[in-house]
Amino acid sequence: MNTITMNAHQALFSRRGWTAFLIALLLVCAVAPLLNLWVPEGQVLHLSDYAVALLGKIMCYAICALAMDLIWGYTGILSLGHGLFFALGGYAMGMYLMRQIGSDGQYRSELPDFMVFLDWKSLPWHWSFSDSFVATLALIVLVPGLVAFVFGYFAFRSRIKGVYFSIITQAMTYAAMLLFFRNETGFGGNNGFTDFKRILGLPIATPQMRMGLFVLTGLTLLACLLLARWIMAAKFGRVLQAVRDAESRLMFCGYSPLPYKLAIWTLSAVMCGVAGALYVPQVGIINPSEMSVANSIEIAVWAAVGGRGTLIGPIAGAFAVNGAKSWLTVSAPEIWLYFLGALFVGVTLFLPQGLAGLAKKLTRRGASKT
Amino acid sequence: MICSGWKARVMALAMSMWLSQAFALTGEQARTIASGDEDTDARIAAMNAALAVAAVQPDARLQPFLQALAAEELKLAGTQLLIVHADGRVKDALSGASVRALPTTPLDDVSLNNRLRGELDQALAALKLFSSHTSERLAAAKALQQDASEARLPLLANALAQESDAGVRAELQLASAAALAGSADVNKRLHAAKLLGGSSNPGTLLLLNQRLAEESDTAVTSALKNSLRRVQGSLAWGEHLGALFTGLSLGSILLLVALGLAITYGLMGVINMAHGELMMIGAYATYLVQLGFRQWLPAGLFDYYLLAALPVAFLASAGVGAVLERLVLRWLYGRPLETLLATWGLSLALMQAVRSLFGAQNVGVENPSWMSGGLQLLPSLSLPYNRLLIILFAGLVLAGMSLLIQRTRLGLFVRGVTQNRPMAACMGVNTARVDTLTFALGSGIAGLAGCALSQIGNVGPDLGQSYIVDAFMVVVLGGVGQLAGTVYAALGLGLSNKLLEGVVGAVLAKIAVLVFIIVFIQKRPQGIFAMKGRSAEA
Repeated sequence: MNTITMNAHQALFSRRGWTAFLIALLLVCAVAPLLNLWVPEGQVLHLSDYAVALLGKIMCYAICALAMDLIWGYTGILSLGHGLFFALGGYAMGMYLMRQIGSDGQYRSELPDFMVFLDWKSLPWHWSFSDSFVATLALIVLVPGLVAFVFGYFAFRSRIKGVYFSIITQAMTYAAMLLFFRNETGFGGNNGFTDFKRILGLPIATPQMRMGLFVLTGLTLLACLLLARWIMAAKFGRVLQAVRDAESRLMFCGYSPLPYKLAIWTLSAVMCGVAGALYVPQVGIINPSEMSVANSIEIAVWAAVGGRGTLIGPIAGAFAVNGAKSWLTVSAPEIWLYFLGALFVGVTLFLPQGLAGLAKKLTRRGASKT
Repeated sequence: MICSGWKARVMALAMSMWLSQAFALTGEQARTIASGDEDTDARIAAMNAALAVAAVQPDARLQPFLQALAAEELKLAGTQLLIVHADGRVKDALSGASVRALPTTPLDDVSLNNRLRGELDQALAALKLFSSHTSERLAAAKALQQDASEARLPLLANALAQESDAGVRAELQLASAAALAGSADVNKRLHAAKLLGGSSNPGTLLLLNQRLAEESDTAVTSALKNSLRRVQGSLAWGEHLGALFTGLSLGSILLLVALGLAITYGLMGVINMAHGELMMIGAYATYLVQLGFRQWLPAGLFDYYLLAALPVAFLASAGVGAVLERLVLRWLYGRPLETLLATWGLSLALMQAVRSLFGAQNVGVENPSWMSGGLQLLPSLSLPYNRLLIILFAGLVLAGMSLLIQRTRLGLFVRGVTQNRPMAACMGVNTARVDTLTFALGSGIAGLAGCALSQIGNVGPDLGQSYIVDAFMVVVLGGVGQLAGTVYAALGLGLSNKLLEGVVGAVLAKIAVLVFIIVFIQKRPQGIFAMKGRSAEA
C-alpha cells in the first residue's frame, strides 16, 4: 500500500496538484455553464443538456466513491451500506421537494399525491419539518450521520470487522429497503418520490436550475476532495491507515481504534447523504431501489476500479464506470452486465491498485526508461 | 319467451305427464325452472320442490337436467325442453330421448342470473349427497354447509337416514345445523347454534359470524358466541401448527441454500456472492432435464425427471464452480473483500448469460404429479407434499455432507487443509486440488438447492439474488465453519420469521429478523457456535 511519510506537516497538494484542482474548479464553475447556456445549440462546442444531466449525476456518484474510499481504501472497512446513506440523504431532499409541489399534484391536494392515494388525512410526524429548506439541509446531514454513528458505535465497539462488518451493513441496507418499500412507512412505497416541480420556489426543470445544481454538485465534490485530502494529510489519516494495515499493532501502541473508525465512518456516511441529496433534484426521482444490495456494491467497484487508497482514483473510477455504463446500456444493453462483471473480476485480479495504480506504474516505467 | 297462447297446451301437457308418471321432475316444474316468466323466486321454489321429491324418489333425469342448465346447454323450443350438447347432439330434457330433427320453432336460450347460479350449484351438490362414492358425498355435505337454506332440510334428513359413513354423517349433521340456523323458529336456531360449535371447518366461522349479525334472541346469540369461540379454538390449533410447518419449511430451504455456503465460506473462507447464481444454474439444469424428458422420453416417465435432474443439477453447478475456482478465486485466497467483489462480478455475468440463453422471463418447471397435493392433517391444516419432501431432502443433503466431511478421505483432506494448509501440504496433500474439489462440492450443493427451489418457486435469472442475503445471514449467525451452527441458525431463522409473520406481517417480520441478527452479532461476533482455538485474528 502507500508508503507513509513521517513528516508531520504535509502539503495538501503539490504545485501540480493545485493547478489541476484549479482547472477542475474552472471547468465546473465557468466552462461548463458557458458551453451549455451561452454557446447555442448545434455548435460543436455546445454542451448538451443530456451531458450536463449525466455529468451532474456522475459527480454525485463520485462523491460516493470518495466516501467509500475514505472508509474502505484508507481504513480497510468495506461497507455494503453506503447505498442506504445515499438514499437517506436523497429521501430527506425528496420530502422537501414533495412539499414544494404544494397543491399542484394530480389530486390538487396540499398532501403529496401518494398520501392522498392512501387516503391519509394529514402528514405523518416524520414529515413535520419537511417544508423548511434549512431543516431539510440539517436532515440531509443528521439522518445519515446519526444512523451511521449509532450503527458504527455498536459494530466497532464489539470489534466487528472484515467480512462480518460488510455482511451486517448489507443486512442493514436490505432491512431498510424492505421498510421503505412499505406504504405505511410514509415514503411513497415502491414508487418513492417523483414529479418534482420546484426547489426554493423556483421551477426545477429549467436549464438554469439544472446548471445551478450541476455547479453546486461540482463544488461539493471538490470540497469533499479537499476535506478528504486534509484528513489524510493529518495525523488522523495516518492512524486510519494504521487501522487498515495493522489494527492489533495499533492497539498495542496504546491507540483505541474506535473513535477513529467511528469518525471516518460517520463522515463517509454524511458525504454519501449529501451526494444523495444533490442527486435527487437532478434525476427527479428517489425510490427504495437505491438501497438495493447491488447499488451499494457498485459504489465499492467505482472505488476499486479507480484505485483504493488514492483520492483522485475513486473519482476517476466513478467517471469511468458510469460513463461506460451510460454508453453501453444504450448501445449494447446485453453487454453491460458482462462488462461490469468482467470489470469486477479483472480489477480484483489484475489491478489491485486500480486505474490510479496503473497510471503510477506506467509513469514510473516511462521515467525509468528515459 | 313463451307466447301466452301456448299456455293452455302447456298446462294440459304437464297434467298428462303428472298423471301418467309420478316423477320427481315434472314437465311443469322443468319449464318453470327453465323460464318461470323471469320470476327467480318461482324458479328456485320449483327447483327445490323437485329436489325434495328426488330425495324420496330418486330420479335419474334430474341431474343431467340441472347440469345442462348450469352449462347453458338447455334450450326452449316452444314448450319442448331440449339439451343441445356442445358436440351437436340434441336430447329431449325430460324423456332423455335423442332428437333427430330440430323443431322448426326457434330455440330460445335459458337465461340464468347469479342468484340462480348459486342455487343451482347447491342443488347439484345436494344431488351428489346420494352418490355411490363416499368422497363425493363428503364433498357435497361440506359444500352444503356454506350458505345453506331451510329448504334443504328434508333432503339432508333423508341423506342422513341413508348415510352409513361416520365422517359423512358428521358433515351432514353440520350441514343441517347450518340450514337450521336460518330457521324462523327460535328453538331450532338455538339447537343449531350449539351443534355448529362442533365444526372445525373454516367456512363455519363465516356462517356463525353472519348469523350473529342477524340474530336478535339473546339465548341464541350467546350460544352462537360460544360456538364461535369453540370453532376458533379448534381452528387456531391448525393455524399454529401451519405456521410452525411453514417455518420449518422455510428453515429447510434456508438450510439447503446455506449448506453450500457453509462449505465455501465456512471452510474455505471464500465470500461467494455468486452462490445464488450457482443455485440458479441448478434450477435451470432441472428445467433442461424436464424439457429433455418431455421431448424424448415417453410421457409415463415424465414424473421421474426430478430424480434424473438431481445429479445433473449437482454436476452442472459443481462444474461451473470448479471452473470459477481455477480461473478466478484461486488468485484471491486470503483477500476476502476482493473475493466478495470478484464473485459479485461473476454473479452479474452468470445472470446475464442465463438471460441471453433462456430469456429474461421465468421458465416453467412443472412439479411431478407425485409432488402435488398434500397431507390433510386437520381441516384447517394441509401440508403440501413438495414442502414435506424438501424438508426431507434438506435432511438428506445435510446427512450426506456431514458423512462426506467426517468419514471420507476427501473430507479428511478438506479438514486438514482448512485447519493447517502448510502442514497438510507437507504431508503430501495436493492442496490446490482439494481447494478446487471443496469449492466444487459447495457449488454442487448449491445446485441441489436450486433443483429443490425450482419445485416451489419461480425459476428465473433473479432466483439467486433473492436468497443470497438470507444465506449469508444463516452462515454468519450460525458461526463460520460450523455445520451444527448452520442447522440451528437456518431452522431458527425460518421458524422465527414465519411465527413473527403471523403477528406483525411478512415485511416487518423480515426486518425484525434482520435487526435481530445485527444485534446478535454485536453480542457474539463469531456466531452461535464460535470456533474454539488460538487462531488469532489477523
